[in-house]
Amino acid sequence: MAFREYKIGTRMFGLAFGTSMFITLYMPAMDIANVSATSIAMDRQLSFGRVSGFSYEDPFLQGWGKPITVQITQDPKTGAAIESTRAFVYEADVPFPNGIRHPRILGTEPSAISLDKGRINEATETLGAVFIVRETIEAGVKVPYIENATATRGWLPAATLAKASDSQRLLVGKGKIMFVREGCWWCHTLLPEQTQDWQYFGAPPMLGDFNGESPTAFGSDRKAPDLTHVGSRNSSREWMMMHFFNPRLVQPHSIMPRYDYLWGEKDASGAAIDFDGWRTAYTAYAAGESIYPPEVPIPAPDSEARALIDFVLNLK
Amino acid sequence: MFKYLFAKAEDIPAGSAAIYFGYSSIIWFVIGTGLGSFNAAKLAFPDFVTGSEILSFGHMRQVHVLAVILGWISMAFAMAMMYITPALGNTKLWSEKLGVWNCFLWNIALSIGLFLLWMGVTSGREYSDLPFFIDVIVLAVIWCPLCVNVIMTIKTRRTQGIYTTNWFFGAATFMVIIVFSVGNSPEFFQLTGLTEAYLTWWFAHNVLGLWITPVAAAISYYVVPKVTGNPLYSHRIGHLHFWSVVVFYSTPAAHHLMSAPLPEWLKSFASVEGVLILVPAIAFVSNLLLTMTGKWRMFVENIEIKFTITGVLMAIPLNMQGGFQQTRAINWYIHGTGWIVAHAHLALLGFSTFLEAAAVYYGLQTLLRRKLYSLALANFHFWMLLIGFTTYWISMTIAGLIQGAGKIYEVPYIDVVIAEHPYMIARWVGGTMVFLGNCVWLYNMYKTARLGTAIPAGRLPHELAYER
Repeated sequence: MAFREYKIGTRMFGLAFGTSMFITLYMPAMDIANVSATSIAMDRQLSFGRVSGFSYEDPFLQGWGKPITVQITQDPKTGAAIESTRAFVYEADVPFPNGIRHPRILGTEPSAISLDKGRINEATETLGAVFIVRETIEAGVKVPYIENATATRGWLPAATLAKASDSQRLLVGKGKIMFVREGCWWCHTLLPEQTQDWQYFGAPPMLGDFNGESPTAFGSDRKAPDLTHVGSRNSSREWMMMHFFNPRLVQPHSIMPRYDYLWGEKDASGAAIDFDGWRTAYTAYAAGESIYPPEVPIPAPDSEARALIDFVLNLK
Repeated sequence: MFKYLFAKAEDIPAGSAAIYFGYSSIIWFVIGTGLGSFNAAKLAFPDFVTGSEILSFGHMRQVHVLAVILGWISMAFAMAMMYITPALGNTKLWSEKLGVWNCFLWNIALSIGLFLLWMGVTSGREYSDLPFFIDVIVLAVIWCPLCVNVIMTIKTRRTQGIYTTNWFFGAATFMVIIVFSVGNSPEFFQLTGLTEAYLTWWFAHNVLGLWITPVAAAISYYVVPKVTGNPLYSHRIGHLHFWSVVVFYSTPAAHHLMSAPLPEWLKSFASVEGVLILVPAIAFVSNLLLTMTGKWRMFVENIEIKFTITGVLMAIPLNMQGGFQQTRAINWYIHGTGWIVAHAHLALLGFSTFLEAAAVYYGLQTLLRRKLYSLALANFHFWMLLIGFTTYWISMTIAGLIQGAGKIYEVPYIDVVIAEHPYMIARWVGGTMVFLGNCVWLYNMYKTARLGTAIPAGRLPHELAYER
């Protein structure tokens, strides 16, 4: 018995599904690929590093192999005073972000200038490099580009780090890993909603603000305030510290989890943190038995809590 | 199960793979809803279990989502495919051994993937959270063997035509491979920025639209005619359903990112296409409800029909929400709020779960040749699911409307959190009811395998009276 073979149906199915994929994948991807990176996108990827999710260099999301963002006022090579500059330090073997690895991601014009003027193709991961974001005027229009300061100015990663004290260093790259790993983005979005939000939570991002960043961690389910510009609303490191340790210390009605475990075992002075004692004291405070809550330990400079606070304060 | 992994093909009894898939899916359902209930407790009572990284909300939320999607829903689908596809082709499963291996490796891969995810090893992209080496494993041991088995079974059928259910099964198992590969490709090809964000939602949309929804619908195209004895009301309407799913449901992915700076043409296109979801939805619901003509008493008396028709009825509010909530006029109000959480649970816990539960109930009885152990427990399961889900859905919808209003009127966010609190408790109560109902279901199906009355040859499970 000759069975029906559904030849027309199979072809129609391929045509329908193929057309749908063409319209919803190929066309938008080409559209987005034609957009040039803004200076925001360059800043973001240079401070976050290559990937903020799972990667070979950091399979357990511990913040390994991430750049350090510094604010320097002295030229690392000559020691001369310069205006306050934000630099992104990639020590040896720290993977470069996607815009450096594949400059076309930055868009036609910015990538050409970054290669020509910024000499980003001269940077190598094995030696490390220092990058800065700069602007130039091309035909009357401001165009941002990335400069490889190691090649153009002789800034070496170690020398650059030496010019920045601990308070001038932001562990933004490691902090974003914490943001992704701890699931902050399950409740806090990084994308203001249309209209009203733009007044309350700040300006919306533009089309070219994300080139090279991975993942964007926009979030979808907003159980808490949008964080896109949180560093502009609240720049208090101490408030952030208390809020992460136990959100109920600064906001009694908050439903945010406590992130005290990100402090690790020791605080900034090197003393062991007594979590059980802290919780007992806090319970007494919450029950009204004591007037003041227990002091929140200052996170150690290499703790995960410090990196996360750096990341959040950097969201401006 | 283990003894069949290396047995000769002819020594493996027909239906083995489906039985293992059936019980696996119920166990994953218990795990998934248990995690859901635990997470909901944390949202209602933030100091419930603190100080542990592993038991923090941010580490468990995605495990709940993927345990339910890849464990419960997809395994229940595989179970249904393993017995319905051959039954409709008047043949045997193409390879029972491949099916058994598929089930075994599926459980292993999912356990490893979810364990890593729980430890924080994530790609940082919603719904495609698994790191890429797990994605490759999932593709190799879950989707590809399933697709090969289903399509080869359809190919070796001994009937002239292919029934509606099998079109959906064949097409969906194929499409899920494409959707999963493309959706996880940002990690393979290091696509970044908005392209990556858009692909994330392209995957999230299409795994629902081209895998979960059509397969759930396909299952009911089998269960309702089989159990009621009525022929399907219209194959033409079935055609309309199938083709409109492929054409319309595969296109509106961008409506998940209406606030993102994506190209405007894409958002408008997605929004218009999104409304067209009503075409397959109306075709499906009307077809199934008209098939019930003259057999409506079974909606009360028969547990499979009760589950299936409840699920079909839930497709009405589901698609009315789905069609319109993504238009700009409504999306600006409810995007990112609990309304969407309620809608997602209406799709997965309401519509889809009820259809699959019917298939698992019916399939396990058919394959084990055992009558259901207890109708009373099954009814208890049904009502726990329905009341628990409804509590969840209503409370989250109200919470979402509060959040939406707070967003529009620029209310300080903490006031929204305070206003939502009662609904967070109600959501936890609802979710816990679902979890408890599922524990009872697992017990009932265990007892069915052990103590259910044997079904005589040539009889169907629903032809025998319930004993308890």
